[in-house]
Amino acid sequence: MNWRSIRAITFKDIKEVRQNKAAWIPALVVPLIFAVLMPIMFVYLPQAFPGVGGLSQQLQEIQQLITHLPTNVAAIFDGLSLEQIWAIYIIGFLLAPLFLVMPLMFSTIIGADSFAGERERKTMEALLYTPASDSELFLGKVLAAVVPAVLLSWISFLVYILVVNATSFQVMGRIWFPLPAWWPLMLWLTPAIAVLGISATVLISSRVRTFMEAYQLSGSLVVLVLGLVAGQISGVLYLGVLTTILVGLLVWILDAALLWISIRSFKRSELITKIE
Amino acid sequence: MDTIIEVTGLERKFGNLRAVAGMTFSVQAGEVFGLLGPNGAGKTTTVRLLNGILPPTAGQARVFGLDPAVSGEAVRKQTGVLTEGPALYERLTARENLTFFGTLAEIPEETLQQRVDEQLSFFDLAGRANDRVEAFSKGMKQRLALARALIHQPPLLFLDEPTSGLDPEAAQHVMQLIEDLSRRNGQTVILCSHNLTEAQRLCDRVAILNKGQILALGSLAELSRKLWPVTWLDIEFQKTPETRVLKGLEGLPGLLQMQAGGTGLAVQVESEAAIPVIVRQLAEGGAAILRVNPRAYSLEDIYFTLQHKQQAGEA
Repeated sequence: MNWRSIRAITFKDIKEVRQNKAAWIPALVVPLIFAVLMPIMFVYLPQAFPGVGGLSQQLQEIQQLITHLPTNVAAIFDGLSLEQIWAIYIIGFLLAPLFLVMPLMFSTIIGADSFAGERERKTMEALLYTPASDSELFLGKVLAAVVPAVLLSWISFLVYILVVNATSFQVMGRIWFPLPAWWPLMLWLTPAIAVLGISATVLISSRVRTFMEAYQLSGSLVVLVLGLVAGQISGVLYLGVLTTILVGLLVWILDAALLWISIRSFKRSELITKIE
Repeated sequence: MDTIIEVTGLERKFGNLRAVAGMTFSVQAGEVFGLLGPNGAGKTTTVRLLNGILPPTAGQARVFGLDPAVSGEAVRKQTGVLTEGPALYERLTARENLTFFGTLAEIPEETLQQRVDEQLSFFDLAGRANDRVEAFSKGMKQRLALARALIHQPPLLFLDEPTSGLDPEAAQHVMQLIEDLSRRNGQTVILCSHNLTEAQRLCDRVAILNKGQILALGSLAELSRKLWPVTWLDIEFQKTPETRVLKGLEGLPGLLQMQAGGTGLAVQVESEAAIPVIVRQLAEGGAAILRVNPRAYSLEDIYFTLQHKQQAGEA
């Protein structure tokens, strides 16, 4: 495996996407909503409208829910006011799945464009005539989507930390975010889910003729399925750091299996027959 | 001379269509070899098979002694391919394009930028090195694509329609470059084209293809001899020769037939050996000869004769 070739393919793709502002600027709106608007909204909502829309009733329900949590997690809520419980529960737990699928939302464009885009722009043939092996081509394309997607979700996470602590400081009286399980969630589990979704997207892109086909298929299949999965496994936050790490390991094993199958089934001879 | 390419019974099917239907040929080192034929003749598929990006359905190919279907990467390290379209990354600059392809061609990091600069200068693109390719003219894109194919100095070069879409001046420039590559650098060139004038100028030998089959293979002279084993001579006189002079030619050894008309005379001979005898006979008879031209066949004559023959055969 020639990592210099893989790196060249990755950087070339990232450079091309960077030049295409129309493609990536709209994709930045989603992380902006997740990392900035949502925490602001959820922190200020109970303060601004304490009696509206049954908020106080919801606060009571959350308090009930907490009693069913494992003791180590429930301990986080000990001795807190209702506003503080709301802030921690919503921002610290309920919004977590959004961060798990955020890289997929951004990277679907790059992943879907990987091979189908080359085909549409008629650059594929020159790429296939290079000495790069099939696996180098595939991995280069996967990394071109994984790297910016994961970096973007980490940057969003940093922004989220700042916004959450700044907006909730008045309620909480201290810097409380991130909760311990968020670290393995963001640094370990999120990249694993990104690799899973992007590998599937790139594989789809290599099998279809156009970017739109690849985008629609990966958007409706990959993001939907992984969104549901991510929603479920974000529950690991309630189970603590170790469980998050173990679930992450499981997803990484799935990644390795999917990459192995993808690389073995990926053939440039199939790509070339789709040109014309 | 070393054999660079050896192809035996090569076949590639797409469903029921035989894009390449049992080709056999070889190419020697330093040769400019033409693959000529109409669209769909199998030229591009042959290039793909020889570079290992498509496996054959039957037959065998050897490039530098390697089977491209098995050792595609090793073969592609030694080949450069100019695809039919420029296939450049339009959002990247000329330099970024060459650096990318140079990296994939495994040019060492230390020498890569120097090689990129050399290519940009050689192809007269140094002044536009940092401009995005989307702003380039067709001719500039074609030169950059040629620079990309040559960046790793491959001993074997495949050029698919290298002058297609270029204005006459740019086409002339590219043809000159191809001539230099073979004559000066000793690179082996496979030229895919349906531009017969271009092929006649550049190719040492050609394979004329149709529907995946080789209709004829050889140099221009060899193909002419195969198709027209007898030679026509066109003789031009200062004034119409006397009838007795023309009658004097009858029965000369090697002369097959004559067609006289005014100051011109067309004579069909068995071989070139008959030419001096005929010229001497005419001169001794007092004919004022202005010119004697053995009729030469162009690649175009050969190409269309073969294509018509095949069509007639099918009908």
